[in-house]
Amino acid sequence: MEASLLQARELACWRAERLVFAGLSFEVSPGEALLLTGANGAGKSSLLRLLAGLIPAAEGALTWEGEDCFADRVAHGARLRYLGHQDALKPSMTAAENLEFFARLEGGEVAAALAALELSALADLPARVLSSGQKRRLALARLALSPKKLWLLDEPSVGLDTASVERLAPLFAAHRAAGGMLLAATHLPLPLPDARELRL
Amino acid sequence: MIPLVLRELRMAIRHPADTLSAVMFFVLVAALFPFGVGPSPELLARMAPGVLLAAALLAALLPLDRLFGAEAEDGSLDQLLLSGLHPASIAAAKALGHWITTGIPLVLATPLAAALLNLPTEAWGAAMLALGLASAILSVFGAAGAALTLGARRGGVLLPLLVLPLSIPAVIFGAAAIEAAANGLEARPYLLLEAAILAFAAPLAPLAAGAALRGE
Repeated sequence: MEASLLQARELACWRAERLVFAGLSFEVSPGEALLLTGANGAGKSSLLRLLAGLIPAAEGALTWEGEDCFADRVAHGARLRYLGHQDALKPSMTAAENLEFFARLEGGEVAAALAALELSALADLPARVLSSGQKRRLALARLALSPKKLWLLDEPSVGLDTASVERLAPLFAAHRAAGGMLLAATHLPLPLPDARELRL
Repeated sequence: MIPLVLRELRMAIRHPADTLSAVMFFVLVAALFPFGVGPSPELLARMAPGVLLAAALLAALLPLDRLFGAEAEDGSLDQLLLSGLHPASIAAAKALGHWITTGIPLVLATPLAAALLNLPTEAWGAAMLALGLASAILSVFGAAGAALTLGARRGGVLLPLLVLPLSIPAVIFGAAAIEAAANGLEARPYLLLEAAILAFAAPLAPLAAGAALRGE
């Protein structure tokens, strides 16, 4: 087994004057998938935001190849993809334009990413007319834009039909085969064979 | 940074309501003043520089509280912060987008408002320059204010309280420039002083805004 790339040690998170979790330690190695499970409010979303560097850790350390992730949060942000609860789409722009914006910022092929989520036919529709499942797929298409080492997914399959969830399998598999890591918070089964589970 | 500015422009073109409402507000305030102070041409011309500046800054303030609010609500702000862009360049791009979509339209509407206030035509050029600079100063300070008040419950009230005091020097020198031009004097020194304020604020305010965006 390869050495772990991402290491969390004794992480604690404090949100709105409440301790969400404390003493959380885990490691993730290239190609590995980690499922975050737990009751509502257990801190799955907070943990993902913390790992992305969007909220500060109250305690503990997060290291990437031994380097502190929070020291340079801009560089840390550039090596990961984060999919939050919100789809981060601009309703007035078309599906393709929404992706194009991120492709211009971070590189990547818009047409290929749309095809990966079978959205090619909807490319020229404004995001406001898409159904919530289609919007979710468009947000997921960002993952397929350019390769990033770490994917942090918050309930990626919410609003997706069974066929769409199955369509994620090759996307996830390709990411892991290329040495990518994946952390997903979910209540629904995801097509992630031999994923480890982290219970919060 | 350029893609972000282009996206701002594209959204402003698709949804021109924000831009139009700022311009309408500006022109309407200029149109209301003569009703309030009476139709004395001399008095109006005397007041015109200050009224133009104050009306333009208040109009430019209108879309500011949505500057980062809209991005934060739909999750775009998270994506921007993780895109490898420095938070300060995100703020600078948003400030530039605000100036292009609000400041420039206000500059273009200045002759109309100036005519309503009986400002001598010789001063229209100076008025457009002064308003262009003043609105740019408001855009950069406003981006910092919008980032600081992001997530505050009364952000919309707090924002003008933070930003308008910082814009007082822009009003003083901008109005002085217009008044000088109206009296046949040189407007240049006042415009240069206004530009100096912009040169001071443009690099610093985005840094403050970036720190505020990142700190949540």
